[in-house]
Amino acid sequence: MTVTVSMTINGLAVVHTIEERTLLVTYIRDICRLTGTHIGCDTSQCGACTVHLDGKAVKSCNVLALQAEGANVTTIEGLVSNDGTLHPMQQTFKTHHGLQCGYCTPGMVMSAVHLLKIIEQPTEEQIREQLDGNLCRCTGYHNIIKAVKEASKIMAKQA
Amino acid sequence: MYPFKYQKPVSISEALDGLANDSESKLLAGGQSLTAAMKLRLSSPTELIDLSAIAELAGIRIGNGVVTIGAMTRHADVASSSSLRNIIPGLANLAGGIADRMVRSMGTLGGSLANNDPAADYPAVTLGLGATIVTNERQIKADDFFLGMFETALRKNEIITSVVFPVPKRSAYAKFKHPASRYATVGVFVADFNGVVRVAVTGAALVVFRATELEQMLSQRFTSESIASIKVDDSALNSDLNADAAYRAHLITRMAMQAVDSLQT
Repeated sequence: MTVTVSMTINGLAVVHTIEERTLLVTYIRDICRLTGTHIGCDTSQCGACTVHLDGKAVKSCNVLALQAEGANVTTIEGLVSNDGTLHPMQQTFKTHHGLQCGYCTPGMVMSAVHLLKIIEQPTEEQIREQLDGNLCRCTGYHNIIKAVKEASKIMAKQA
Repeated sequence: MYPFKYQKPVSISEALDGLANDSESKLLAGGQSLTAAMKLRLSSPTELIDLSAIAELAGIRIGNGVVTIGAMTRHADVASSSSLRNIIPGLANLAGGIADRMVRSMGTLGGSLANNDPAADYPAVTLGLGATIVTNERQIKADDFFLGMFETALRKNEIITSVVFPVPKRSAYAKFKHPASRYATVGVFVADFNGVVRVAVTGAALVVFRATELEQMLSQRFTSESIASIKVDDSALNSDLNADAAYRAHLITRMAMQAVDSLQT
């Protein structure tokens, strides 16, 4: 069986015919060809597949595409400005070397951007606690924490 | 994941029709446990009935000495409700500690209770506060709701609509997390209703339960010292690679003490 699904991804309206069992991450990667969103564990542990669903961070490997019907989805590709300027969170991950292999990074960045919507100026402890749904096997997290901390300062100035 | 059909009703009666029409259908709340189970083929419903479009199932209402939370209210919304945090901070804090932030964006109160995972957090506060589970058919006391591992008093064609939580004088939850899964190895919810204390334990056994020994001592004297020497009976507790029954029994007392200590001013 197939059904029609429609949503907005990074500001662009999309409509496709899909199988009901299609996961949101599969839809984003295989059908919309936005491969910045990664599949790490595929069991809702690692957070590499994190995207924003109506502004809230979710693990897209654990959400059906049909659950996002009519919703606004933002992926890592949607963070960068039209002129190519990186989002402050992307920029500080770069400056602070908050990535090594980079596999977890899209999810880490999307999760951190959502975190700053909830807590504008998080402490180091709050950042560690709030990023516990994102696993990184390379960095030991220290530089990620620094990146999020600095992004929070930059974003506060911009606001 | 095996194929299935999908519908998104806008009313409870429409959802009930869907349940009645297909005996292998299942209700989809936030899907944070069900989708994972379906991917592993541990669950293979022929049809999913997504409850997210039924507006009356979501929201937090405060009044008449109780807090009523709609079954489809997301964990994140329970955690971030400032009015709830003022009146039952123990409940808001517990919701803010479920799984991780992404799971909390999707997961729901009703979904968690209907699933009744032995290590889930919501059963602890529901039993600990002596809440009432309201369905389309009836009201079920928390003490009668949690029957066994992943087993509840819900009937096949029954939908949780809301949960009514009495407001305690004070309450708190303390959780010892499994280091990898972050589920409760042991989680203890302590609620003080003006001297009558309820203590509910999750993660330690096949199903959430009340620690009556701790309740009796804490009802007499609400201090962590009063329960420090209590050794909880471990004969019905879980043993696994992470924690054996005796260790879990020890953790129950320790987590209860931690919860009580967090409430001393």
